[in-house]
Amino acid sequence: MDVTPLYFLILSAFIFAIGAAGVVMRRNSIVIFMCIEMMLSAVNLTFVTAARFLNSLDGVLVVFFVMTVAAAEAAVGLAIFVLVFRGRKTIMADKINLLKW
Amino acid sequence: MTGGLAYWLAFVVAAILALFAAIMVITRRNPIHAAVFLIVNFLAVAILYLLLSFQFIAIIQVLVYAGAIMMLVVFVIMLLSAEDEGKKKKIVIPTATAIGLLLVVILLVQLVAAVAVNSLPGVEGEYSVERLADMGDVKAIAELLFTKYLFPFEVASIILLVGIIGAVILSKKER
Repeated sequence: MDVTPLYFLILSAFIFAIGAAGVVMRRNSIVIFMCIEMMLSAVNLTFVTAARFLNSLDGVLVVFFVMTVAAAEAAVGLAIFVLVFRGRKTIMADKINLLKW
Repeated sequence: MTGGLAYWLAFVVAAILALFAAIMVITRRNPIHAAVFLIVNFLAVAILYLLLSFQFIAIIQVLVYAGAIMMLVVFVIMLLSAEDEGKKKKIVIPTATAIGLLLVVILLVQLVAAVAVNSLPGVEGEYSVERLADMGDVKAIAELLFTKYLFPFEVASIILLVGIIGAVILSKKER
């Protein structure tokens, strides 16, 4: 029984789709944010799989940069949540309508 | 590399763990439980990285994702006094959820079809498993990072700096 790259790719497709479902269905902003992180890590798995089965390191380097951006995104995004919560007393995505008028 | 019963078992266990944790993340009402299951998901993905024999990326995954980012998320959940969602309204706009689920299923079918039809297009590189095991993958990655990818590396450091400054300015009390 061989584990082919296809299994890894399909697994990461499933994790990505579950994360997308979370983004679409949940209303808590922090849970939506966590689902976005999960989708990022699913894409990372695709990159690493491609890197392994093509005998290349480029995918690993891309994953390295994606993780950097994810860390910066986490810092800024969570600061925004704290800011919104301070002003609105809620972080439910359907109650934050700052951009509507 | 990818043969053997032990390898297969490890892959199946890690894959099922990752999928189970991912489903738990989007179904738990309490954000803290979702966060804990997300950590489980990240650890399972780290196991998959190990199975692909990239030890460095697996360790970075545990350090950065399961460690740093999730610590920050849990901290903010605690800070914002996690409110339960959907306690008053049990049914949260069923049509919107149904349409969302339908779109996600279409997305999943597209993704699976895309990876199943094409068998990994791309150019073969020179870093085989044996060569990486010989020179060590940390050394190989560092070599690429400071030669071919030097400019993106510097940009990444600037992104982190801007992230730090942005987080401090955003969470500062107004004067």
